[in-house]
Amino acid sequence: MDFKLSPEEEAFRDEVRAFLDENLPPDGERGPEFGAEWNRKVREKRWVGFSWPEEVGGGGGSLMEQVILKDEMAKRKAPSLGSCFMGLAWVGPSLIEYGTEAQKQRFVPDILDGKYQWCTGYSEPGSGSDLASLQCKCTRDGDEYVVNGQKIWTSIAMWSKWMILLVRTDTTGAAKHDGITCLLVEMDSPGLEVRPIKNMSGSSMFAEVFFTDVRVPVENRLGEEGQGWQVTISALAHERSGIAEFHGLMRNLDRLKDLAKRSMKNGRPASEDPGLRRRLVRAETKVEAMRLNGMRFLTKQLKGEKLSSETSINKLHRALLEIELGEIALEIQGSAAPLWQGAAPVADDGHWQRFALGWPEVVIGGGTPNIQKNIIAERILGLPKD
Amino acid sequence: MNFGFTEEQELLRAEVRKFLDQNAPLEEVRKIVETPEGFDRHLWNRMGELGWIGLAMPEAHGGVGLDFVTLVVLLEETGRSLFPSPLLSTVIAAHAIQSLGDEAQQARWLPGLADGRAIGSLALLEDNDSLDPADMALRGKADGDDWILSGSKRIVPDAGVADCFVVAFRSGSSPDAISLAVVDKDSVGLSVSDHPVMDLTKRSGQLQLAELRVKSDAILGEAGAAADAVRSLVDLGATLVAAEAVGAAEAALEITTRFAKEREQFDSKIGRFQGVKHPLAEMYVDVESFRSLVYYAAWCLDQGASEAPAASRAASQAKAYAAEAFARIGIDGVQLHGGVGYTDEYDIQLYLKRSKWARPAFGDSDYHYDRLAAQGGL
Repeated sequence: MDFKLSPEEEAFRDEVRAFLDENLPPDGERGPEFGAEWNRKVREKRWVGFSWPEEVGGGGGSLMEQVILKDEMAKRKAPSLGSCFMGLAWVGPSLIEYGTEAQKQRFVPDILDGKYQWCTGYSEPGSGSDLASLQCKCTRDGDEYVVNGQKIWTSIAMWSKWMILLVRTDTTGAAKHDGITCLLVEMDSPGLEVRPIKNMSGSSMFAEVFFTDVRVPVENRLGEEGQGWQVTISALAHERSGIAEFHGLMRNLDRLKDLAKRSMKNGRPASEDPGLRRRLVRAETKVEAMRLNGMRFLTKQLKGEKLSSETSINKLHRALLEIELGEIALEIQGSAAPLWQGAAPVADDGHWQRFALGWPEVVIGGGTPNIQKNIIAERILGLPKD
Repeated sequence: MNFGFTEEQELLRAEVRKFLDQNAPLEEVRKIVETPEGFDRHLWNRMGELGWIGLAMPEAHGGVGLDFVTLVVLLEETGRSLFPSPLLSTVIAAHAIQSLGDEAQQARWLPGLADGRAIGSLALLEDNDSLDPADMALRGKADGDDWILSGSKRIVPDAGVADCFVVAFRSGSSPDAISLAVVDKDSVGLSVSDHPVMDLTKRSGQLQLAELRVKSDAILGEAGAAADAVRSLVDLGATLVAAEAVGAAEAALEITTRFAKEREQFDSKIGRFQGVKHPLAEMYVDVESFRSLVYYAAWCLDQGASEAPAASRAASQAKAYAAEAFARIGIDGVQLHGGVGYTDEYDIQLYLKRSKWARPAFGDSDYHYDRLAAQGGL
């Protein structure tokens, strides 16, 4: 056991730190032009798409370098690296593995530069956790595909220029994974309609997307016809150790401790309530366990082994913690908990009330806790499938 | 960066597991715990010969000189097998002598503790059931350079078989004025009695001290200056108990998973039902998670004084998580077995009892959460 970095890794860490010293003003002192400046500079460093191969414009960073970069950035509360979130997470990795030369040249630089947003058209009303059952219909008509159907839970669809879309091209009832094809679709295509979904905290992050005879040129197919499942899964193949989430969760815990000291509950500061104190450090203990689980996964990766279902451990922790932190935030505020932004007794302009209603975005989106438990039970413990 | 074990440590794991599987499978454990001493002296001596008892004791005094991370490997395996022996008690008592004792004290006690000829135990708890030095009531009366002790210590691990006790007592009125002394079991004024126990694989007992004279050469370190050492021993004890809990909880999960794959109800293996699957998955998540915390705590302890605050935090996190999760695993393990889980014949109940032992040992979850809250800015 040894947590030391190699000399090369230390040099890289120092490079990142020096960059941050020079280019990252403290949290409150970032001016209006900072965002664009930041994006340009980290792009120049090739830290956007840092794990991608250099020949497509990525950084070619080693696994350990990726961890160091993320860790240093998170410690200093730096903004994200790159602004095309879905493109970086989902579209890029699939393009790099399955895209034609023309597709890579057309799309990858724009994703790295954050020129516009991408969204992912995966889930359907009848296909959530069981994604491979998707039904969005697609037939071929000469050099075009014609798409009819509906997608749902499409994050940021209303602000996106392109969508990576999964459709069913084979309805003969063959194996359900094999009839799926992946298309790249422009959001202003005729027949494509976006309807934002208002969620329970009052904002809209997701949308429904309806397709009525939407025509997509065959050249915008990613991978072969019927290969869509593998194309999408390839982005998942680079399973993450879950270390990256640690800093965000710890930051929220620190803010909750601070909130507890400022909030009165039952006639005394909430931070003196024995039950709340224990819940806070219990959550912190789970966050620390996540970090250390991540280190064990990373160790496995560094030894050249692939991660698989064990990453569900941290996904499950993450989901339950997201809910628990929201609950703690409300309980700290005692009787003021059910009020809303604008009410005098509410702390921090209602941030924590919105936070406590925001967990489904994380908890449901990444595979529900029950699905994670199924994955662990079946793939790790070897229990029979449902 | 490597948060994993070395090849040698993995080899040790394989060796220990083989030794325990061959010599102390659960049917054998059930017999051993019915003997008066509650452990097998022959196996104990062999473990001493193999260097396992003295694994983390100094080479200069008969130990092997390895670190706590390596010791964790051994304890995961003894925990897994519910191996009944005074290993934990001896290792912790030896560490008190090693970290505070002078050369003569180490030379006198450690070689025997390292090879198994002697068994040691740390006597902390009293009637108020507190691990906090400030709460310790057993008061020493100064008599020249000697100290006279009268009072009692309870729930002293392996008291009935121990050859020596490291006894914590109050030697002044300031909250931290605590001393540690090594007391021979045959000392005049000391009587030892066994507590009846729920988990037969973990014995404990009561010490009565009646005008027991502690000579100055039995005091470890300076008199009245051992409070920090006691707190460090709690960190160490918490980590090592949690290490055994990793192995034991993992075994409970394996036993229950195997049962769920075999048992049929409603025309199906019960392991197919999500009501069975999900608690098993939760057990897995918990074992893997407190395993990570335990490994890290052991690593922090190995870094010595430079990482003492980190070690204390890590030990508390490991023990808090382990105590709570292992208790849950014991109950769920029995429950998922249905009626047979309640029988003496099935092994899962042995693990449930072990979880009851492990929960309070060196502090339960509430104790450690409260400590973490106080240290963590609340």
